Amino acid sequence: MRPITYARAADAATAIAAVSADPGSAFLAGGTTEVDLLRQNVLTPRHLIDINDLPLNSIEPQPDGALRIGALARMSDVAADPLVRERYPMIAQALELGASAQLRHMASMGGNMMQRVRCSYFRDAESPCNKREPGTGCPAIEGVSRGHAVLGVSEHCVATHPSDVAVALAALQARVHTQGPGEETHAYAFDDFFLLPGSTPDREHPLAHGELITAIEVPAVPVARRSLYLKVRDRESYEFALVSVAAALSLVDGTIADVRLALGGVATRPWRAMHAEDFLIGAVAQRANFEQAARVELSTARPTPMNAFKVELAQRAMVRALETLANGSPA
Amino acid sequence: MSAQGPALGERQRAAIEERGPGPVGVTLSVNGEERSLEIEPRVSLLDALREHLELTGAKKGCDQGTCGACTVRVDDRRVLACLTLAMTCEGREVTTVEGLAEHGELHAMQRAFIAEDAFQCGYCTPGQIMSAVALLEEGHAGDDAEIKEWMSGNLCRCAAYPHIRAAIRSVRDGQRR
Ligand SMILES: Cc1cc2nc3c(=O)[nH]c(=O)nc-3n(C[C@H](O)[C@H](O)[C@H](O)COP(=O)(O)OP(=O)(O)OC[C@H]3O[C@@H](n4cnc5c(N)ncnc54)[C@H](O)[C@@H]3O)c2cc1C
Ligand code: FES
Ligand code: FES
Repeated sequence: MRPITYARAADAATAIAAVSADPGSAFLAGGTTEVDLLRQNVLTPRHLIDINDLPLNSIEPQPDGALRIGALARMSDVAADPLVRERYPMIAQALELGASAQLRHMASMGGNMMQRVRCSYFRDAESPCNKREPGTGCPAIEGVSRGHAVLGVSEHCVATHPSDVAVALAALQARVHTQGPGEETHAYAFDDFFLLPGSTPDREHPLAHGELITAIEVPAVPVARRSLYLKVRDRESYEFALVSVAAALSLVDGTIADVRLALGGVATRPWRAMHAEDFLIGAVAQRANFEQAARVELSTARPTPMNAFKVELAQRAMVRALETLANGSPA
Repeated sequence: MSAQGPALGERQRAAIEERGPGPVGVTLSVNGEERSLEIEPRVSLLDALREHLELTGAKKGCDQGTCGACTVRVDDRRVLACLTLAMTCEGREVTTVEGLAEHGELHAMQRAFIAEDAFQCGYCTPGQIMSAVALLEEGHAGDDAEIKEWMSGNLCRCAAYPHIRAAIRSVRDGQRR
């Protein structure tokens, strides 16, 4: 592990100024990505600015019905928050199905948005990887790609976005609030916050170096009170998703009045299943329609021979999530 | 990106105290005792405990956050010492398995692990015990399914899981009585 310097910032402006001033600096929140990848030589900061003392850990309802979650709120605190559990069960479930109890106590919501992919080529500093070292190639496409993405892929990168809670937040169209070096603030729509790999897989977010996530704002989404997060993985717990589905559904007389659907484990970014949602709105809540909606969403999938199973798995997971909600038993 | 930035600019340095990369003096409160040590900022809490403070209870299984053998408590939470930098614990209270016993008497969870034979090689055990103590405080030991899920961050390659759950149940039920 390479040497680093360490500094603890007391306020946001100081932390932002310190990181902005120097491309070799990085924020340190829970450290569950940063310290891990520093040790693997995948991330190579020289200076860490500890932001854990910044007052950014509250969870506050807003006058317009939104919920503002501070960037330093821990996964475990957000999952346990009564308002989160009541208004957005899919968020609480996505968090509690992620990582382990210990990691959830450490990991912050801002850090979760910024966590890096689990692709084993990315995590191995000796391998070529377009995300880590642009232009070196993507060995996953011809190599071991069982865990890789089938949606949003490019010929330069097929790494799966690993976050669970970001899938729920994509379904809910959350906004990511940031602060930059000139104290200017910005609010990104969730869809704008995660970039497709395209020909620049090294760029995962539109953030400037040193731009600090201050909060995640979840809008009022009444349908989300009946929602769930379904996660399918190789072992029952403490594992990333092969496929996951965040779903919310409301029916009026057997017809779908409102629906939210997003996928994890199968895409290069948290994947809002917009095509499926469009198909479902106004449709009769029945299995055939759920199946058709899932097919529509997955029609653009580009699997490799090794991860082709994910298309069928995602199809079935979407149908199961929607049926569970339609049958009135959100998990 | 292998950018090797210059040291922080003067303006930032005035506002923020940069320490390292060489060894710096750090004071940690561990098991109720103030301990001073000289470490580089890159040193994890796990290495600080094991290599500098002679507290080898917390184990290094993976050093990547995937096994739970290094579980300790920082303030009132169970965390992974391998992914925690020691310097981030200044001003916080660290508790390791060595700090569980009180007045020479083992903690109820330690006694239960012995009584229920909740280990074979014992390598994962300090992490399991630290996690189990926190589990009961967190209130997630309602039934076996819940214990399983909320203890999933502690792997045991000897697969002592049924006995570990028995130990947790016995402390839980002892508490209820
Ligand atoms: C073994 C293991 C299993 C895991 N399993 C899961 C899982 O099942 N599901 C899941 O969703 N996640 C999982 N994770 C990932 C985990 O959720 C993330 O590592 C965590 O959320 C990152 O948050 P952190 O606070 O620790 O961030 P850090 O590691 O401190 O930071 C991560 C990155 O974000 C930057 N950063 C941090 N905070 C901010 C901010 N406020 N503004 C701008 N940049 C910032 C840092 O500079 C760094 O580059 C797992 C991790 C491990 C190690
Ligand atoms: S050594 Fe820390 S989790 Fe394995
Ligand atoms: S007792 Fe051997 S690893 Fe758990």
